[in-house]
Amino acid sequence: MKRHDVVLIGGGHNGLVAACYLQRAGLDVLVLEKNAWVGGAATSRDTGTGVTFSNCSYVCSLFRPEIMRDLELPRHGLQVIAYEGGVVFTEDGDYLAAYRDHDAHRREIARFSPRDAEAYETYARDVTRQCRFIQPLLMRTAPDPVSLKPRDIGELLWLARRFGNFTAEEMAATARFWTMSIADFLDEYFETEVLKAYLAISGIIGTALGPMSPGTAYVLLHHYMGEVDGSVGAWGYARGGMGAVTQALASSFRASGGTIRTDAAVEKVLTRGGRATGVVLDSGEEVAARRVVSNADVKRTFLKLVEPADLPEPFLHRVRQFKMRGSSGKLNIALDGMPEFPALPEGCRCTMGDMHFSDSIERLERGYDDWKAGRWSADPFLDMMIPTQLDPTMAPPGQHFMSCFVQYCPPKVEGRDWTDADRDAFAETVVSQIADYSPGFRDRIIGMEVRTPRELEAEVGLTEGNIFQGELTFDQLLFNRPVPGYAQYRSPIPGLYICGSSTHPGGGVMGAPGRNAAREILRDMRLSPKEMRPAHDVL
Amino acid sequence: MTSCDAIVIGGGHNGLTTATVLAKSGRKVMLFEAAEALCASMQTVEIAPGYRTSALSHLVNRLAPEVIRATGLDTACLNRTPAPTVTLGAGEPVVLRGGYGETLDGVSAEEALAFAAFRQKLMAQAAILGRFLTRRPPLPGEITRKDLLPLTTTGLALLRGGRGAARELMRMLLTNVADAADEHLCDDRLRGLMAFDATLGSHMGPRSPGSLLGLYYRLTGSANGIPGAQIVPLGGMGALATAFTAAAERAGVTLRPGTPVARIEAVQGRATGVTLADGTLVQAPVVVSAVHPATTFLQLVDRAEIGTGLTRAFRRHRSRGNVAKLHLALSRVPGFTGVAEADHAGRIVLARSTDHVETAFNPAKYAEFSPDPAMEVVLPSLGQPEMAAEGCTLSALVQFAPYALRGGWAAGKAKLLETILARLEAHAPGLRETIVFADLLPPPEIEARFALPGGHWHHGEMTADQLLFNRPVHAAAGYRTPLDGLWLASAGSHPGGGISGLPGLNAAREILEARP
Amino acid sequence: MIAPRRHPAQDHFRQPLTETPFHPRLAALCETESWYNWAGQKALHSVYDEELEYFAIRSTAAVFDISPMIKYRIRGPGAEAMLNRLTLRDVRKLAPGRVQYTAWCDDAGEVLDDGTLFRPGPQEFRLCSQGRHLPWILDTAEGFDCTVEDESTAIAGLALQGPASFAVLQAAGFSGLETLKTFNIRDLPHEGGQVTISRTGFTGDLGYELFCPAEAALSLWDRLWSAGAPLGLKPIGYNALDRARIEAGFIVPGTDFIATDLALRADRARLPDEIGLDWLVDPAKTQFNGRRAIMAARAKGGPRHVLVGLEVEDNTPAVGAILYHHKKREAGVVSSAIWSPMLKRNIAIASLDAPYGSRITEDLWVEIYALRELRYHKLMKRARIVPRPFLKLRRRTVTPPGLV
Repeated sequence: MKRHDVVLIGGGHNGLVAACYLQRAGLDVLVLEKNAWVGGAATSRDTGTGVTFSNCSYVCSLFRPEIMRDLELPRHGLQVIAYEGGVVFTEDGDYLAAYRDHDAHRREIARFSPRDAEAYETYARDVTRQCRFIQPLLMRTAPDPVSLKPRDIGELLWLARRFGNFTAEEMAATARFWTMSIADFLDEYFETEVLKAYLAISGIIGTALGPMSPGTAYVLLHHYMGEVDGSVGAWGYARGGMGAVTQALASSFRASGGTIRTDAAVEKVLTRGGRATGVVLDSGEEVAARRVVSNADVKRTFLKLVEPADLPEPFLHRVRQFKMRGSSGKLNIALDGMPEFPALPEGCRCTMGDMHFSDSIERLERGYDDWKAGRWSADPFLDMMIPTQLDPTMAPPGQHFMSCFVQYCPPKVEGRDWTDADRDAFAETVVSQIADYSPGFRDRIIGMEVRTPRELEAEVGLTEGNIFQGELTFDQLLFNRPVPGYAQYRSPIPGLYICGSSTHPGGGVMGAPGRNAAREILRDMRLSPKEMRPAHDVL
Repeated sequence: MTSCDAIVIGGGHNGLTTATVLAKSGRKVMLFEAAEALCASMQTVEIAPGYRTSALSHLVNRLAPEVIRATGLDTACLNRTPAPTVTLGAGEPVVLRGGYGETLDGVSAEEALAFAAFRQKLMAQAAILGRFLTRRPPLPGEITRKDLLPLTTTGLALLRGGRGAARELMRMLLTNVADAADEHLCDDRLRGLMAFDATLGSHMGPRSPGSLLGLYYRLTGSANGIPGAQIVPLGGMGALATAFTAAAERAGVTLRPGTPVARIEAVQGRATGVTLADGTLVQAPVVVSAVHPATTFLQLVDRAEIGTGLTRAFRRHRSRGNVAKLHLALSRVPGFTGVAEADHAGRIVLARSTDHVETAFNPAKYAEFSPDPAMEVVLPSLGQPEMAAEGCTLSALVQFAPYALRGGWAAGKAKLLETILARLEAHAPGLRETIVFADLLPPPEIEARFALPGGHWHHGEMTADQLLFNRPVHAAAGYRTPLDGLWLASAGSHPGGGISGLPGLNAAREILEARP
Repeated sequence: MIAPRRHPAQDHFRQPLTETPFHPRLAALCETESWYNWAGQKALHSVYDEELEYFAIRSTAAVFDISPMIKYRIRGPGAEAMLNRLTLRDVRKLAPGRVQYTAWCDDAGEVLDDGTLFRPGPQEFRLCSQGRHLPWILDTAEGFDCTVEDESTAIAGLALQGPASFAVLQAAGFSGLETLKTFNIRDLPHEGGQVTISRTGFTGDLGYELFCPAEAALSLWDRLWSAGAPLGLKPIGYNALDRARIEAGFIVPGTDFIATDLALRADRARLPDEIGLDWLVDPAKTQFNGRRAIMAARAKGGPRHVLVGLEVEDNTPAVGAILYHHKKREAGVVSSAIWSPMLKRNIAIASLDAPYGSRITEDLWVEIYALRELRYHKLMKRARIVPRPFLKLRRRTVTPPGLV
């Protein structure tokens, strides 16, 4: 039986990133994917409507440019298109738009408050400062603060020096920023409710927290620290949908000699003498490997794929306690024409970006209260996009793909499993909200794919449908992610690694966990990551 | 014009502590208090003829031994066994005895073991965190040798417990009490109690990240040397107020109750004294404000004397209370169902589960009060006939009751009172008929009666972003303020609220160590 | 269905750059079409020829549209005390009818902006600056008995600069200005309203700044234009003004220093002492924003950065050049540099890192990369610290002013 250097479980974006780096370092890597396609939560598929959907993740900004460069993704077909705009419609028939143009944006806010229009500058400055602080941490392994290993101490000193360069005021501001709620943080700058609601959304997307929960200001960074071609904070569409990211990764991986097997679901990780030796597929086939890397989330990896006897109980306990409650759902809608939004003036380009209908923090927070009680939000917030305005490859001319990210949506409905009837009622809640602002919207729908946490778990394998493979609360970040003492991509089982978003720095289509994991694996194998060029400087 | 070495504004227990410690070191100290009584929120008051109770705080659970020593406080009124905590959920109550449940009644043996383990873990963690409470918080950019010692010993203490324990503390530190309790306990009544204790007095639900800090803070306290214990003082809280006052008098502090300070005088960024409401100017090189920090900077100090950034920071300072105080005079001692007669002398907590507390918190986010509030009840007069010759007084802290109630408290107060009484009646049948007098104080009334802005007894939210070097705000952290010569010593400063006296003591120590 | 609520203000996005009140006249005269964005408004780099425009400033008279300047009107019995809290200089010493060049800082003493403070009346002020500061000023004014109003778009502004500027005003019928001293203001009638004329400017030359309601802008322009054309009055763009201001030694936020509230990098913020504004700090006045930090830094041993004027050998402007001590150790950076036509010298404004510029002032060199036909000439030229202003013209201050 052939023995691979590395077998990688799951072909999501982080798995493929790790696979690419490992293959390029001269290893023989096999990727095993349970579905008939690779991509995990970054896929583009036509599920029978004639329109291609970005089925799960839907915008691209966080994906590290260093990875695109190292793995030659543009050569393998990846193209990211910057988009502009954004709008939140208000219940009184007005709206607040976002524009790329600095002055147009300022005047738009000034329609509501001249003071806020100017305060926005300071806000943007302060958030950018926080992004600049965190950005270099993304592509590094989180040091273990209680380790006495020279490398951890070195990393801690590096961090201390970085923090030491801060002024006392910056340190105080950073300590506050990391622990505040996004609602309180925004209150410090703004008086306009709709502006706060628009900005607060970045603090809660994907989390199981409301905008008034402490710690949500930090989450903002997970949506701001991205970039499109050096333009920090900008967002873009992957041309052809988010599947373009993983297709490019798969193509790059194959081009460097790697092998991908689809329809190959892993049943168990094999161990011998306490060491990972390969995997067994659900067909019973055994695949031997010197190293096993799991792109599955931490719960799926250690609670389903590994024999409990192979793991120490305290570790298992922490894995069980790891919080990854799903909080979102998604509607992918095929439309036979561009929906109308009569509130907007003609020619307003803000429909190119993210559209929302939640015009107050209170509405967002009440949506979260529903989730806490085990229900989907009666008045959910939508992060709605129509990428086909800029990307003609996804739909026939005139038709459109509308992506509706919906929050909050619980992993279980009042304690029981989702049913199809629940799913349809959930979809109706969303559609009726859109229809309130877009006359004739229902008539434009030619197809729809509804994703609740149930579907996300079944298809993508995300436990409880959590899109970040684990909530982004402080007790689950940095050296705590996913398990204190095991935050460096290794597991208690020698030869078994994890590389998904359950690890530092966490979720979003970023690729950083995959790259960091590959670096640690290569280090253990005493190989130099020669095709892993340094992360970009933050000047 | 008068002058002295140091002026203390505000005669609460922190102000008295500062004044006493300064006076004991030989300074000539004058203390001005607006109210006629010192320690207004710790008075024993007569709410109805023959019924006496504690005005606001009703338990002693964190009075610091350092403060007792430094002030020479007479603690005779605390010479009692710790009061138990009774948590009433559905069914039988659970009783926690000793220091936060050294022993437990009313749970399964398995759950008792789980609780003991969890309790021990929290106590050990609180002991490490507690090291930071008795001194100035480490200030970034100003870490001195004095700070390094505690930081190092804390680090060592952390490692002594083993790497696993150290990691566990770092993981748990900013987590929420609901998850922590769910992980370690099965009993809803215990989880509900912890959820209540962690969030009492703050604008947080048990699921809010960081809410475990509230529980840690409680557990850093002790009574009669027992960590986590609580005592209902003999003679009510007023006895302790008297002790604080007596200590100050013995130390030679000039106490001036009934003397409001109108203004803190300053010239070119240096405090020079105060002007009293009657126009008298009192000069001193050191002015200590032991009133709410936002009052200090937004009302007492001339804006022209402080920076725009500082006023901005105090505008952002969050300090709106969420707790209503209930006083009842009852014609007989109530009987809480399932609670042993002796345990009525303890603290009775009505919190059924984590979800109950969380659900009670939800409306507070939208400036509404809880339709099903959680509360703690104390019967201060029990076993003290001098406090209620016949019958009994009942004192309850009820949450959540937001400061700025939608629709206003004028309309809301009666509705909340009715809600609370219905809850009490459910647990103590017949209680309503025995009510002689009822007085409910929502946060605005607490504000007015005890000069506590926002009705917030911590003088500012005790959330992670308003702690340590950010307490009350970064520029005024560590007791010293940007207005030279003006110091802060209230609960709004590190380490925070509760009857500990530590902000006052730490401030006094910093003042004494400062170069003249 | 939610009914749309439409109103005209929503249409602003169609024209991201707005036009100043003088735009019709400038657009008609403009030959270069070199429009740029100044605070969201269309402004010109140059109108017809940068070089010639510069000489108009120095030889005849030039008009420059300063309408995009941010202008705040502060009124009320508490206005003086509020501005004393806000700014570095003593506003009590600013008499009604006078103007003060000033600057303001945050609590850390770091400069937010510089600008001019006009005092038309005892309880009436106008603060002009490059940057927007509404939240900061409103927060500073809280608790003071005064109102703050942003009149940036309501008020049009015109700088009239050059040796013939007084003659132009006189010819336009603005009488009595012969007694107007530098930094004085006078209101004169125009079109049934008033125009506020101050003897101020950004060129170091004889000059005036005129402010009027936006509606009166075009008639004011026409009045000056018809009177000034025979005297050689020319419209100018920013490039010509920039040369004149460097000669005059003035600094520009965003170019010579970074406003602290916009700085992404905390080490870019500057105390007044670090950008040559130490003379604005008045320790004897009442408390003001940043005083504590500025005084603490002084007590600690002086500024960490020093802004200086340089005279560089040879004639290649040292734009963006790095400064070295002894040709080896990096000592700072040049922020503005030109060949001065008036002085026939190569001058520059530079920010040095102490001890350069404070203790060490000799043996300084600039490394200039001069791109000439696709080849860089790397020059190492000696730089000498010289006092600012580089150019001092007697005609700027003499009263009554000369006609040319």
